[in-house]
Amino acid sequence: MQIIKSLRKFDLALLVLSVAVFAVLEVLIDMRIISSFWRLQIILIGINVILAASLNLINGITGQFSLGHAGFMAVGAYVSAIMTMWYDLPFGAALLIGGLAACIIGVLIGIPTLRLDGDYLAIATLGMGEIIRICILNIQAVGGASGLTGIPRLTTFAWVFWIMVITLFFLKNMINSTYGRSCISVRENAIAAAAMGINTTFAKVLAFAIGAFFAGLAGGLFSHYFSIAHPSSFTFLNSYNYLTMVVLGGLGSMTGSITGAALITFITAALSDYPEVRMIIYALCLILLMLFRPQGLFGSQEGSLLLRRLMNRRKEAKANGSTLGNN
Amino acid sequence: MAALLETTDLSKSFGGIKAVQNFLIHIDEGEVIGLIGPNGAGKTTAFNLLTGVYVPTTGKILFDGKDITGKKPYQITALGIARTFQNIRLFGELSVLENVKIAFTLHASYSFPEAILRIGRYGKEEQIIDERARELLAAFKLDSLADEQAKNLPYGQQRRLEIARALATRPKLLLLDEPAAGMNPQETKELTQMIRWIRDTYKLSILLIEHDMALVMHICERIYVLDYGKILAEGTPDEIKNNPAVIKAYLGTEG
Repeated sequence: MQIIKSLRKFDLALLVLSVAVFAVLEVLIDMRIISSFWRLQIILIGINVILAASLNLINGITGQFSLGHAGFMAVGAYVSAIMTMWYDLPFGAALLIGGLAACIIGVLIGIPTLRLDGDYLAIATLGMGEIIRICILNIQAVGGASGLTGIPRLTTFAWVFWIMVITLFFLKNMINSTYGRSCISVRENAIAAAAMGINTTFAKVLAFAIGAFFAGLAGGLFSHYFSIAHPSSFTFLNSYNYLTMVVLGGLGSMTGSITGAALITFITAALSDYPEVRMIIYALCLILLMLFRPQGLFGSQEGSLLLRRLMNRRKEAKANGSTLGNN
Repeated sequence: MAALLETTDLSKSFGGIKAVQNFLIHIDEGEVIGLIGPNGAGKTTAFNLLTGVYVPTTGKILFDGKDITGKKPYQITALGIARTFQNIRLFGELSVLENVKIAFTLHASYSFPEAILRIGRYGKEEQIIDERARELLAAFKLDSLADEQAKNLPYGQQRRLEIARALATRPKLLLLDEPAAGMNPQETKELTQMIRWIRDTYKLSILLIEHDMALVMHICERIYVLDYGKILAEGTPDEIKNNPAVIKAYLGTEG
């Protein structure tokens, strides 16, 4: 069968699934069956999925250990807020400019820091995230330490959901192309990748730029939901939190990033009534996971692949069953 | 026949150590050339110079009429030199098929937006990549293992996959770094035939580093002997076998 046809069929199935999930959630929210607390959590899950999936491109797919994701998010949050507040741009355009700003910062920071490997890169990106935050903290025009307030509340569930879907489609299609395979080859063995004619520096910077772009979009959605952008929302601990989602789901698995983001946001929300034990339970969950499934929930596999294997197995079982029946 | 690869006065120093000195080599189209020498003679360093992993301290490398000195490894591969590694460097976590597909990246021309939107050249070229990768695997009798993780393959098959992957870049010159290392006599025999078959089928030149003298003497048209970073001798297998300097370097002298 033609590859493109089977891919399009799969894409269509995913799109139908997305529409169905959207319709159900939208109806539940509209009819106020979901409480305002859980409505907020659903929006947060959407934003966190964008962040985790885009971080997964950098950390999981390309294997470049980055700890500065909240910094890119901050750039997007502030730039898009400035666009809607000061220049009265439509929300979509403001989000796009916020994302592009984060992307440009990502490229500028990526070119020098991506020469580093492993732990060194982690420390450099961590520092970079903090530099962005502290710069914002000291710019009085955007509110400095008291944060940027009065941002119009433009983020709706529909915006978050569809940008999340676009992000996931974008990343999925990228991974299944020569561009994504270049990134994966850098993770697997950079020397061999270069010997296969792959420009490893380009692949790394590409992953960094695209990861930063989507983090910027998520930042814009974030600041336009809470009507405020505050430097304390973009600390190292936030970057760390997104990394936890990626690792929990499985480095390199987009399905994993979605699950990780949803699960961690859910656990945090569900435990919000028990603030004393929240962090203990949270930490225990992570320790247990690392003990029993150190590769993350999905490993580096995609959910669709696991599903297909399961279906094949069931088909085989059925075939075996029917032959037995004939006998 | 025109020279495919020519070096002039190539050398590489690491601090005070002269790993390779005055390395002069020329390879014609369609030749199979051996590069031998005792351990630490600088053979792999020479490979790394030719493939751009190291930038030479002095000298020039001319490949296919172009000066490739100082070019990056990926640029040199794009011009037509592919290699395998002494210590196998496969993309271990990926499937056998994906390993080969990655090496076809060089020959895909669809743009990033085409990939993201899955329009234009994307579908057609992905189809071609998939078909060519499977053909290549079939030629190397790895097609039944296409979905296997590369790291799970037995040693001999990993070596074969590495060669198949290198060929996917469509090289004019293939560098093999100890392809027979760790192979049993039967596998080495098959490898000998395979190297000839590769040269004839894919119409390329081969430069190989090898310690298995039977293999080298059997298939190489000319041999370069490297010792202490310098070329000690050059010639046909028979000339090399009877060269007193080579015998001395390998076996030492009496007394």
